[in-house]
Amino acid sequence: MLFRYLLLLLLLLPVKTFALIEVDITRGNLNPLPIAISPLSIDDNSKKGFKKKVKIEDLGVEISTVVENNLRQSGLFNPLNKDAFLQKADIANLKPRFEDWNLIKAQALVTGKVSLVDEKLRVEFRLWDVLAGKEMMALAFTTVPSNWRRVGHIITDKVYERLTGEKGYFDTRIIYVAEEGPKTKRIKKLAIMDQDGFNNKFLTLGNELVLTPRFSPTNQMVTYLSYFRNLPRVYLLDIETGMQEVVGDFPGMTFAPRFSPDGKKIIMSFAQDGNSDIYTMDLENRIVERITNHPSIDTSPSYSPDGKYIAFNSDRSKYQQIYVMKNNGKDVKRISFGNGLYGTPVWSPRGDLIAFTKLHKGKFYIGVMRTDGSGERLLTENFYQEAPSWSPNGRVLIFYRETKTNSKGEGFSAKLWSIDLTGYNEKMVETETDASDPSWSSLLSN
Amino acid sequence: MNLSKILKNIFLVLMASLVLTACATQTKKASTGQLQGDVYTGTDSVEYLASGVPDRVFFATNETVLTTASRETLRKQAAWLRKNSDITVVLEGHADERGTREYNLALGERRANSAKDYLMTYGISSDRISVLSYGKERPVDSGSNPLAWSKNRRSVTVKAN
Repeated sequence: MLFRYLLLLLLLLPVKTFALIEVDITRGNLNPLPIAISPLSIDDNSKKGFKKKVKIEDLGVEISTVVENNLRQSGLFNPLNKDAFLQKADIANLKPRFEDWNLIKAQALVTGKVSLVDEKLRVEFRLWDVLAGKEMMALAFTTVPSNWRRVGHIITDKVYERLTGEKGYFDTRIIYVAEEGPKTKRIKKLAIMDQDGFNNKFLTLGNELVLTPRFSPTNQMVTYLSYFRNLPRVYLLDIETGMQEVVGDFPGMTFAPRFSPDGKKIIMSFAQDGNSDIYTMDLENRIVERITNHPSIDTSPSYSPDGKYIAFNSDRSKYQQIYVMKNNGKDVKRISFGNGLYGTPVWSPRGDLIAFTKLHKGKFYIGVMRTDGSGERLLTENFYQEAPSWSPNGRVLIFYRETKTNSKGEGFSAKLWSIDLTGYNEKMVETETDASDPSWSSLLSN
Repeated sequence: MNLSKILKNIFLVLMASLVLTACATQTKKASTGQLQGDVYTGTDSVEYLASGVPDRVFFATNETVLTTASRETLRKQAAWLRKNSDITVVLEGHADERGTREYNLALGERRANSAKDYLMTYGISSDRISVLSYGKERPVDSGSNPLAWSKNRRSVTVKAN
């Protein structure tokens, strides 16, 4: 549904100037860049039109608020208070008075204009380097009015990319498991929302237990585990059409599914007679291939972004550890050697790191290590947390955390959290219900 | 501070420490009474398939081997199943909450299968036994403490027909 309307990129005016501003992305949020997001200007006619169409008083203000919140959440930017802005939105978009913006210590400025053209939403925006007094970028989009939040996310991605040199992760969605009810009888549903928590939608009704949804990196497919008819199996769900089907014809439990980087295969575990091994199924020709053949538990497989290697979890050395092998199952190497148990390896989209969950002395950690196991870095410690998923630019990890109950077994909750790769900017991600098993989509645009 | 007040304070401190030691011994007794190593040996959550036939066996952390007590329970289940040859069962394997979700699914499956294998060595046909792992999804005790976790590491034999 959401993707029926493609965003049209209308004009692209790349302005080559040397920017004086630079966001330090290696240190996290120690010194966020002061940026002014001016409300996007809007003419009275368009204002009236949008009020009728999308029930929003001032779409220019709302879109700029989306941008502002995104940039603030990233931890790399400090969006300045709008009350301090001296220049009116429409004039600022034509020619900012840089002295005014300098005065409030803004180093970068975003301005823009929103209008209703042929029943469509047209948004133009500009990014300015306040210190150099120059325009850095100007773009315009046309789309259906209901897509207005996505426009805010796309603007954020453009601004983020221009100022940090890295791709953004704002025009993305999170699929996760929404939870409710007592811990002993938890009801779980698949749910999807925008990266910033808006547009939440439940995809299943909660009649059967569902776990571990994962996005395809290339399209709007999701793979997950469902206990439909008490037969735990890996399923494939098209979130545009709602069509779902079981993956493969296995005589036992299949679980821990993920897509290959090209989206053409599903890799998963199949458990039989007390032994779990890793298999793949080609989604086009349905051919099933066995990748591991070992009496230990082999699970939680995750491909490297080039598809050549697979990281996975195995207890072949007695306890859970992380291993890497070639995509044909050859050359298995253990890579986790620190103290404690290691699980849920997930290969970074940049290819250089593997994120994991670690259990040591009764505490759970989310951490990263290089793909050969060196350079282990623990980002966060808690009573219980696991299942990191990477933002598409490999910058942020989202995971879930569960609370310890009190002596009466009360006070249980599960929530999504995100943390920057640097270990800074740890934040709870607001969800309507309790939540677990998050999976981050690729960028929806471009 | 006069003497009687000091004595009163000493008395209070003594009383308090007596109460505390009493508590300490009590909890210690309770836990050793229901745990052997870290395997649950109590009867709190146990139900019965028939008189004298407990429905579940318990496991140590990260373990799938059957304890002496578990084997005794399974022999009783096997005897009951032999007597009631029309009954089929599902062995539901579970893990505690102190492990990653996917690994726990595999662990639950392995636990249920070690119970299944044992029933089979006592003459129960594999056609009558199916296995279902819930991982850590269906705890019986919602506590976040070693005793609660020990009750949750289990394989439960459930009548399927």
